[in-house]
Amino acid sequence: MRRSDICIAAIAECFRGESDILCNPIGISPIIGGRLAKATFAPDVVMTDAVSVLAANTLPIGNQDAPRVIESYAPYRTIFDILWSGRRHVMMGATQIDQYGNQNIAAIGNFQRPKAQLLGLRGAPGNLINHRTSYWVPNHTKRSFVSNVDVVSGPGYDRMGEIGRPSNRYHDLYRVVSNLGVFDFDTPDNRMRLRSIHPGVEVSEIIENTDFEIVIPENLELSRLPSEAELEIINVIDPTELRYSEVQDA
Amino acid sequence: MGEAMADKVITEEDFIAELKSGMTIGVGGWGSRRKPMSLIMAIIRAGIQDLTIVSYGGPEIGLLSATGQLKKAIYGFVSLDSIPLEPHFRLARQTGKIEATEFDEGAFYLGLMAAAHRVPFYPTRAGLGSDMLEMNPELKLVESPYPDDSGEHEELVAIPAFDIDVSLIHMNRADQGGNGQFLGPDLFFDDLFAMAAKKTYMSCEKIVATENLLDEGSVHTLRIPRIFVNGVIEAPRGAHFTECPPDYGRDEDFQNLYAATAKDPDLWESFKSRYLEVDSHQEYLRMVDSREDGT
Repeated sequence: MRRSDICIAAIAECFRGESDILCNPIGISPIIGGRLAKATFAPDVVMTDAVSVLAANTLPIGNQDAPRVIESYAPYRTIFDILWSGRRHVMMGATQIDQYGNQNIAAIGNFQRPKAQLLGLRGAPGNLINHRTSYWVPNHTKRSFVSNVDVVSGPGYDRMGEIGRPSNRYHDLYRVVSNLGVFDFDTPDNRMRLRSIHPGVEVSEIIENTDFEIVIPENLELSRLPSEAELEIINVIDPTELRYSEVQDA
Repeated sequence: MGEAMADKVITEEDFIAELKSGMTIGVGGWGSRRKPMSLIMAIIRAGIQDLTIVSYGGPEIGLLSATGQLKKAIYGFVSLDSIPLEPHFRLARQTGKIEATEFDEGAFYLGLMAAAHRVPFYPTRAGLGSDMLEMNPELKLVESPYPDDSGEHEELVAIPAFDIDVSLIHMNRADQGGNGQFLGPDLFFDDLFAMAAKKTYMSCEKIVATENLLDEGSVHTLRIPRIFVNGVIEAPRGAHFTECPPDYGRDEDFQNLYAATAKDPDLWESFKSRYLEVDSHQEYLRMVDSREDGT
């Protein structure tokens, strides 16, 4: 079993139980995982074709010519309106993420004169404070799972705690999926916890590649393997195997 | 019979005569999609300085920073889509060449809408808890005058109305009166850019008679009414190298060529002399089309 396919199933699991929301994963593995969830156990989410419509059918990634069953229109302005309505679960990338889930995709170094300009805040500030958000980090190292992020694009639980109610009432930082495991914040002080470890990964590997103290539960859960039927669907969504360039096998 | 509607068709020279150094210019489109590139190239040729650009940024921000004409960028992001981060913008940020005001993407929409609706701000939660407020110390909070169910008065970020002198948008079709039509998948925020600015100039692929505006698209594609447009410039392939569907897609090869110039000053100099130091949009297109046997 390739590690990438385990990650895709773990990403799909983030959307289990969701219905009547815009499932809006961003990036290669998140899009494949989101489309897998919609094609299997989460049929009542809607997803975009990555351009401007909501497509009811299962689309192959990156193929703009694939036939689409259009169920609604969703230009960018509508995406923001849906975002503010709260009917959305986004999965974004994170160049850096810390123990409370603060995410940085904006800049390395000082924002005023960055050492490295990254993508920018993008929609992260609005996403985090309006609806459920998850993250995908394809290379789990001390450079991505950091003790302090350089810039906070998407605020984590400590920042949201400082702001307090009522402003933080829609903040719902849900899961972080990396190439090593799945993480959540279901701890008394909302520190990041290992929720499940991917088969073939040692706990020590996670600890060594994380630059903060991560909560490890006593009884370790294993991330599940995708079923044969799921692997077939993954191949339909990603026939050119883009996913294998994003996640290396051990 | 009433009078005929005003003819707002102007030349590129007429358009340039309306601009001044130091202006704040709103640019429609999104990333590397349906950008009014022929108007941006005309601004580059005219050498208008100290500009502030307000946009969902694409190559207009990168090009104007590379030519040294950009003082400040106000943006939700700056991307070439197929190249996630605009390379000349990256360079300008890392060398401290330009001032930057960066908004959450949705918050940017509200600044545009506030300007369009002539209110001083629109409130949003976006920015609370993130570094957006620290990055932009001029942003203020506002307390809701209305208590919520628990009696609390919620604090929100007040996104100020953008102060835009001139907006530039590119449409697929327009009539000579200034009614604009988009035929692609997304209008983006071009109607708000047109409403938000003191004046708006619209380039288009083709000027058609008003009675022919519905030949290629439904009434829903007529989203730029002429009351918001001061001048129309016919510019076939005016969005090149950005995409302008259904008329044409993005010129990815040319975009890659442009992107490579951010890493190589010599390449930038030859790009500049070949494509920017030309006499007209027509000559630019001739250089683009002859590039295989050119440089």
